[in-house]
Amino acid sequence: MIRSLPSSTFYKWSFRIYITLFYIFLIMPLATVAILAFNDSNFIALPWNGFTLDWFFSNTEDRVGLFWDENLILSIWTSLQTGFIVALLSTVVGTIAALLFEEENFRFKGLLYFLALSPLVIPGVILGISILISSTVAGNYIENTFGLDIEFLRPSFWLVVIGQFSFGATYVMLLVSARLKKFDRALEEAALSLRATRLQAIWYVTIPYLKSAIIGAFVVAFLISFSNFNTTIFLAGSDPTLPIDLYSRIKFSSTPILNAVSFLIVTVITIFAIFSLFINNKK
Amino acid sequence: MIWSFGNYLAFFEDKIYWLTFLKTALYSIAITALAFAITFPVAFYLSKVISKRYTRFMVLLLLIPIWVGELVTIYGWMILLGDHGVINHFLLSIGLINTPIIMLYTDFSMTIGLVYMSMLFMIIPVMSALDSLDNSIIEAASDLGASKWTIFRQIIIPYAMPGIASGSIIVFMLIIGDYVAPNILGGKSSLWFTEQIYNEFLATFNWNEGAAFGFMLLFLSSLIIWIALKLSGQRLDKVGS
Repeated sequence: MIRSLPSSTFYKWSFRIYITLFYIFLIMPLATVAILAFNDSNFIALPWNGFTLDWFFSNTEDRVGLFWDENLILSIWTSLQTGFIVALLSTVVGTIAALLFEEENFRFKGLLYFLALSPLVIPGVILGISILISSTVAGNYIENTFGLDIEFLRPSFWLVVIGQFSFGATYVMLLVSARLKKFDRALEEAALSLRATRLQAIWYVTIPYLKSAIIGAFVVAFLISFSNFNTTIFLAGSDPTLPIDLYSRIKFSSTPILNAVSFLIVTVITIFAIFSLFINNKK
Repeated sequence: MIWSFGNYLAFFEDKIYWLTFLKTALYSIAITALAFAITFPVAFYLSKVISKRYTRFMVLLLLIPIWVGELVTIYGWMILLGDHGVINHFLLSIGLINTPIIMLYTDFSMTIGLVYMSMLFMIIPVMSALDSLDNSIIEAASDLGASKWTIFRQIIIPYAMPGIASGSIIVFMLIIGDYVAPNILGGKSSLWFTEQIYNEFLATFNWNEGAAFGFMLLFLSSLIIWIALKLSGQRLDKVGS
């Protein structure tokens, strides 16, 4: 049943077959889109008509490849920018929140911690509509009262950043907190007794200890931002992020260029995953 | 601005709204249970059976679809399940069927999509609960002649219960709040409650009613979780840690 206990051959093999089937189920959709990106056909599905790179590089009337589709490139670029800014903001605020909740005591700590975690269970659609409504109401009020038109309070690039930051920081906080729980507080106390200030102790002792967790959290925040749809759809203005662009293409005009984009994403993520495995094994 | 409960009343007065919510909630509960049934053996395998050296790699494989993003994976399922999709193409070519099976745009394809995009969030909490289960307890039970089924029911499940509960909460909320899978994979008949909210905001621009629906979704789904926790005798603060 477990490693140390003997089991019957039938039990062992049926378990193995189940796990194999599960992993096939897991990989199948990704492998399919990745392979079909090279299918020489004008439709997204089979049959297989031979290998082609048209859906990446072609620029003819009936086939516009990924690298020639300006709208797609633009939405990828928007997503990269959004992801980077969201990850940066989330990492700074999330790390500070983790330090605060792990190391300090203050009034209403339990309630505030609960609030900080709430984006994990609140559906993205609700975050999206509540940020949209409150920012629009605030924007209208400011415009009517002071005559100022504040752009980021309307659906726009910066409203998307604000929306994604609202849950990105939570994930960073959780990841950094997990590492901080294993931190030996005596190290910080030693620094303090050697007359370091509280800030110096955190900067020279705690932060270096947390470095790999913080980098990991930055990457996770970036990926969460890059793939978010549910919240972003309400907040995006005239410059859609990649998932929103993909959604409207899937809904209204499926061409194999979608397979090419998917292939690109799957490949980058896989390389990245292998890379992270390699780094973690080295340590 | 006029204060009124009219937007909330619309939820109860118009049959389609609360019926959609009811259907969404029941489906979400059933799919959460399904996700648990499918992933529990995997979580158990990864934390107790397989050699520790491979666990990290296997977990990493689980993470890839999540990092790739819901839209790409749901799109992948769309290609797989379509009438001219990969699965039908394969079954036709080996001669198992003569006409394509209709799988896409049904409750079946929607269920697959929802299980697929949420299952990781069941595996991770259950795994971390199982990790702290001392193997010698299982060994002792086995030495005393307990069958696998007894060990499973009386030791493993009770011990993993907090993990199962927190996994179920996350998965349930993910499923009931999802839009992409029901919208892309579901058919005309599988209307999801979130789709009503999206329509209010992005199609009919009735923001007030949409806001009321959003709050109803949050309130009712929290209520369902609260009832489920009470019924199973779990406590939220214990589940959360």
